[in-house]
Amino acid sequence: MELLSGGEMVARALEDEGVEYVFGYPGGAVLHIYDALFKDCKVPHILVRHEQAATHAADAYARATGKPGVVLVTSGPGATNAITGIATAYMDSIPMVVFSGQVQSHLIGEDAFQETDMVGISRPIVKHSFMVKHAEEIPGTIKRAFHIAATGRPGPVVIDIPKDVTRPDEKFEYHYPDSVKLRSYSPAQRGHTGQIKKAARLLLGAKRPVIYSGGGVILGEGSELLTRLARELNYPVTNTLMGLGAFPGTDRQFLGMLGMHGFYEANMAMHHADVILAVGARFDDRVTNTVSKFCPGAKIIHIDVDPTSISKTVQADVPIVGPVQSVLTEMMAQIDAIKEKDADLPEAASLERWWQQIDEWRGKHGLLTGRRYRESDMIMPQQVIESLYRATDGDAYVTSDVGQHQMFAAQYYRFDKPRRWINSGGLGTMGFGLPAAIGVKLAFPDADVACVTGEGSIQMNIQELATATHYSTPVKIICLRNNYLGMVKQWQDMQYEGRYSEVTYADSLPDFVKLMESYGHVGIKVSKLEDLDAAMDETFALKDRTVFLDVLIDDMEHVYPMHVAPNGSMKDMWLSKNERT
Amino acid sequence: MRRILSMLMENEPGALSRVVGLFSQRGYNIETLNVAATDDPTLSRLTLTTIGDDLHIEQVTKQLNKLVDVVKVVDLTEGAHVERDLMLIKVRATGAARDEVKRTTDIFRGQIVDVGPNVFTIQLVGTSDKLDAFVASMVDVDILEVVRSGVAGISRGEKVLSL
Repeated sequence: MELLSGGEMVARALEDEGVEYVFGYPGGAVLHIYDALFKDCKVPHILVRHEQAATHAADAYARATGKPGVVLVTSGPGATNAITGIATAYMDSIPMVVFSGQVQSHLIGEDAFQETDMVGISRPIVKHSFMVKHAEEIPGTIKRAFHIAATGRPGPVVIDIPKDVTRPDEKFEYHYPDSVKLRSYSPAQRGHTGQIKKAARLLLGAKRPVIYSGGGVILGEGSELLTRLARELNYPVTNTLMGLGAFPGTDRQFLGMLGMHGFYEANMAMHHADVILAVGARFDDRVTNTVSKFCPGAKIIHIDVDPTSISKTVQADVPIVGPVQSVLTEMMAQIDAIKEKDADLPEAASLERWWQQIDEWRGKHGLLTGRRYRESDMIMPQQVIESLYRATDGDAYVTSDVGQHQMFAAQYYRFDKPRRWINSGGLGTMGFGLPAAIGVKLAFPDADVACVTGEGSIQMNIQELATATHYSTPVKIICLRNNYLGMVKQWQDMQYEGRYSEVTYADSLPDFVKLMESYGHVGIKVSKLEDLDAAMDETFALKDRTVFLDVLIDDMEHVYPMHVAPNGSMKDMWLSKNERT
Repeated sequence: MRRILSMLMENEPGALSRVVGLFSQRGYNIETLNVAATDDPTLSRLTLTTIGDDLHIEQVTKQLNKLVDVVKVVDLTEGAHVERDLMLIKVRATGAARDEVKRTTDIFRGQIVDVGPNVFTIQLVGTSDKLDAFVASMVDVDILEVVRSGVAGISRGEKVLSL
């Protein structure tokens, strides 16, 4: 057996785990590891410009590929800078393994230079964490970390390694384990058959059904099955912000996103449903509005791999704990068995009435079918997303930052495939978009990758333009510039009588075109609607360049629909500035 | 309703902080907490009491089970069980109070484990209610210090919490 130092073991284990990229930033406590990477490691390292960006890039890589993202940072500030990105991944259940350096074992607890209690500080935002005490533990710990990160409900795992554990002069036998067994960790492998049977019966007896599917369907690779199930039953489907793409966005059965900024028809259908099939969704407060008023007439079937998601906020009538693939497969078999005995299920007349009702809602206020956003002399933000959709044939990877632009992208870019919409849904992290786009582009160099952002968000990780130069990752930054922190301003308009407290910085914005040029990229500015499509086409025609499309948009537009809060239900929505349901 | 949750967890550094952290992070309360190693050196037994309705306790239990270091969780209050809290209480004992304190201690089946010229230290084992009752009975006695172990518990009969 081969003898390796702790640092060499980290490098070798990354290879043995089949890691494609490590995103990181060196520093004192990880110098031995970086030396091992330099000397002999087939896994390329992506040097970001800030550790937060390393976590977002790794996270987005994981979202796009389904494989865990890998991060390597140093102790102290390196570790704390990674925290926002770890929390982002945790909230959206993204598999990630974060290696953080730690001061030498004998200095731990002495407030040593660049010491911070990483295991402690990250504890509430990780699926699990490890502190390695001895080099011999490294291979087993790494194997366990990847296993925990990627199985069950995925999530980030931190491995904190004191510097002396990786020292080059002490070598130990290296063996990377083939499998993992943890007595205290065994995620559900299949759902309860009795419960699935019960759910199938309830679902087939529904008169006003809705399938409400979330990010878990994408994470659990259940999109194909869910789509098949929905089509077989001809039931309407709505996706959460995290679930977009799990069911094709252009399908007639798709009601659009639901929730705070969800489609009118999606929220109305949820509110009036008699049976809701929730799959891989967690009844988040941005979905439910007031929980006590949530879908008053609905029986709820809730499938999730994580039992804590079930009945956490909304009580499930039929809870099913299990992975989405196996549960949906079994449920379809049950449905077929019931239909064999009773071919009249689901009742066609009721379903037809339900679809008529939905089409009526769609025709009245559907964002894509009934209602147009307001006219303006300026470019409207929605038009930018429509132009992006057209220019990329609806097939791009779209990362986003957080705010109005994120909601417009979620509403107007109709994702037909899973893993194409990459955004920070749970934590809502501004600054996510650009490093995320770089992570996705590395995973899929030939695909179009767009980062939809605003001039507020983009400045929260704008230093990553240098990383894009360094690794030639030609991403397209589509900036919806209204010179305001748009979503904050929207709330100030609606709830604070337009008192714009600290939401503009119009006079201190950089010239984005010049800024891009200084990084060796291309900047294009557009302010007239008639120039938009051509500018968008040019942006994507520059295949091998990172392009920043700076689009000056109407600065008074709000995102609608918007749930009426507090005390509103799913059906209570603002449809425009002066119109509500 | 008061519940006693008892669990086996990996005897690893940081395991306890994960359990306690979960409670503060999610806004759950802990009334008492007791933790020590078991006969298996790789396992610790942690027992805590908390207050909540069925739904709340179900969520707490699920969250505890989700922690990778927690091997098994049981709600002892769901069935017949034995629970014990240990208290050491130091009181001022001078003059007539010495006899009075001794008598009350006997009634509660406690033991005076340390005697000084002016103080008694009494050890009392029982349910939390019994311990509360003893403290309440010390009306005219000057209580100097109270320390309690927190509830430890075990199921009655054949039922065991093990791997």
